[in-house]
Amino acid sequence: MLNYVLGRLLTFIPTFIGVTLISFGFIRALPGDPITVMAGERGVSAERYAELKVQYGFDQPIYVQFWDYLTGVLHGDLGTSFVTKRPVFDEFFALFPATLELSICAMIFALLLGLPAGVIAAVNRGKFFDRALMSTALVGYSMPIFWWALLLIIVFSGNLGWTPVSGRIDLLYYFPDATGFMLIDSLASGQSGAFKSAVLHLILPTVVLGTIPLAVIARQTRSAMLEVLGEDYIRTARSKGMSPGRINGIHALRNAMIPVITVIGLSVGTLLAGAILTETIFSWPGIGKWMVDSIFRRDYPVVQGGLLLIAVMVMIVNLTVDMLYGVINPKIRKR
Amino acid sequence: MALLRIRNLTVEFATASGRFRAVDSVDQDVDTGEILAIVGESGSGKSVSMLAVMGLLPWTAKVTADEITFDGHDLLRIDNRARRRIIGKDLAMIFQEPMSSLNPCFTVGWQIKEALRFHLGMDRRARHARAVELFEQVGIPDPEKRLSAFPHQLSGGMNQRVMIAMAIACKPKLLIADEPTTALDVTIQAQILDLLAFLRDESGMGLVLITHDMGVVAETAERVSVQYAGQKVEEQSVVDLFSTPHHPYTAALLDALPERATERLLPTIPGVVPGQFDRPAGCLFSPRCKFADARCKSTPPPVLGPDLGYARCFYPLNTDERIAS
Ligand SMILES: Nc1ncnc2c1ncn2[C@@H]1O[C@H](COP(=O)(O)OP(=O)(O)O)[C@@H](O)[C@H]1O
Ligand code: SF4
Ligand SMILES: [Mg+2]
Repeated sequence: MLNYVLGRLLTFIPTFIGVTLISFGFIRALPGDPITVMAGERGVSAERYAELKVQYGFDQPIYVQFWDYLTGVLHGDLGTSFVTKRPVFDEFFALFPATLELSICAMIFALLLGLPAGVIAAVNRGKFFDRALMSTALVGYSMPIFWWALLLIIVFSGNLGWTPVSGRIDLLYYFPDATGFMLIDSLASGQSGAFKSAVLHLILPTVVLGTIPLAVIARQTRSAMLEVLGEDYIRTARSKGMSPGRINGIHALRNAMIPVITVIGLSVGTLLAGAILTETIFSWPGIGKWMVDSIFRRDYPVVQGGLLLIAVMVMIVNLTVDMLYGVINPKIRKR
Repeated sequence: MALLRIRNLTVEFATASGRFRAVDSVDQDVDTGEILAIVGESGSGKSVSMLAVMGLLPWTAKVTADEITFDGHDLLRIDNRARRRIIGKDLAMIFQEPMSSLNPCFTVGWQIKEALRFHLGMDRRARHARAVELFEQVGIPDPEKRLSAFPHQLSGGMNQRVMIAMAIACKPKLLIADEPTTALDVTIQAQILDLLAFLRDESGMGLVLITHDMGVVAETAERVSVQYAGQKVEEQSVVDLFSTPHHPYTAALLDALPERATERLLPTIPGVVPGQFDRPAGCLFSPRCKFADARCKSTPPPVLGPDLGYARCFYPLNTDERIAS
């Protein structure tokens, strides 16, 4: 197992280098530079511009700039934000819990609805529920996130007034963010209504972010279940007199989970991409919104370092999923 | 009164190209403590007829019968819930492929104990003790350790022993073994057959042994039912069947036994079991039968009496009295 993990870690190295290079190149490929963006409408004099260029090191050839960045990264230094002057590393981990909380909730939402939906669709293959569910999943999968979010906001926040539109909690609550997870912190604060407010703020972003994974999981569960339900060992379970609920929910689902877990692992990247958009729409103070803001500000260190850290997170999650795969699939584990 | 009694069982599958009759008016009786072999080439409807008894056929199958009773239960009209209390407990079945018949995601111990929990309501400790006992009974060495193994960690023969242990876990009155040795090595085959016979002697359960191998029949069974293209074509005690087969198909199966071969090349029955599209109008065996005449090809033969092994044939073998007309 240890060898396996080490082996996987080694394969991260090329990915790591690739991400470093791409994130460095990407932000510089955008027109404009941080100095003009920061100067804004007012502009900046030619002398001051040249002075700042030297200060930020933009006068150096591009490969020297990359080398400086790379040596910094290897020493664990991702640089400081041009805008806030705080280390990128600190900013990332101050904001990451918000994104993580949203992503976890979205994934739980997708699993909680997607797994049973896929199982029920498979068991009722070809019947009304199956068709209705799979068409809905197709719609959910192809719906633009932005449009879907607006629709939900109009209905649930606008017309019904049930949910807030932005942020993580009402402004009247204040408490230190001990864990960074609003659900936990609000509960720990003991302030009445704080937890409820946090939950209400989470609902729409969770639904928006969880919709695509939900559609993917439902479809994948259904097809995996259909395959598993035709297996000999399902007939064996039936010959033992087990109930359909137990056969579908335990004997079959456990096997169907194996491909589903793979899909979940693969969709982590998509989930983070979705988080960027979702956070922007709902003013959710996570790394997604942070990245988008920083791209507009041409905050080079933040975009570079942020993308790199996101990539590392995705790699860690993928590794975890791989190991989970071993737990759920005995054939892999004991090999 | 027979433990299992089947009268006029017919199973039809709805397929994309119309209805297909996989089992055709089959009668069958199995008594307590008896070993009945159902023999016939692949595609003869052996599995389907027994899956119908178990209620394990897919929804595309339409089962009709005058009677299917097991141990006083009317399996034809029983509801699913009541059926689930019987199958896996009093009526158990094992299958051809032990490897794919066990769930790869659960330990074999878990799969055995499950039935003990749901049918007998045993607590954890009792389940474990019984599982160990069962493994010992079916000859699995080192039961404590093997209980926590996954199917892919055991050999095919071991897995079939696990399947048998699982099937006899609740002391069934009838065990249906569907080609239990077909997927196994020859040496293991004999061991598994011995085990099944031994368990029958020990517990007095009835045993239905499905096979396509007359050699297996000779070794294990007491009564034989020969099935062809969904129909039962002959039924006799093993001894009588081997000495005086009445149906030409039975005779052909016996001629194909290695120990009966007179030449070096084994005689095989030319042709294949008719499927959905090449079902003959008259006797289903007529395209392959060396005694077939015009009548055989146009008219379905009658079922003869017990002294002729209930053979479905116009011209039964090993008899002087040919039926008139
Ligand atoms: N689910 C099914 N749908 C359609 N045809 C089937 C199905 N199961 C079995 N059959 C057909 O029924 C016939 C008898 O099959 P089976 O009972 O498995 O034969 P045997 O066990 O004697 O080899 C075969 O021709 C087979 O193709
Ligand atoms: S009825 Fe005719 S074709 Fe059929 S088995 Fe008898 S002799 Fe052969
Ligand atoms: Mg079969």
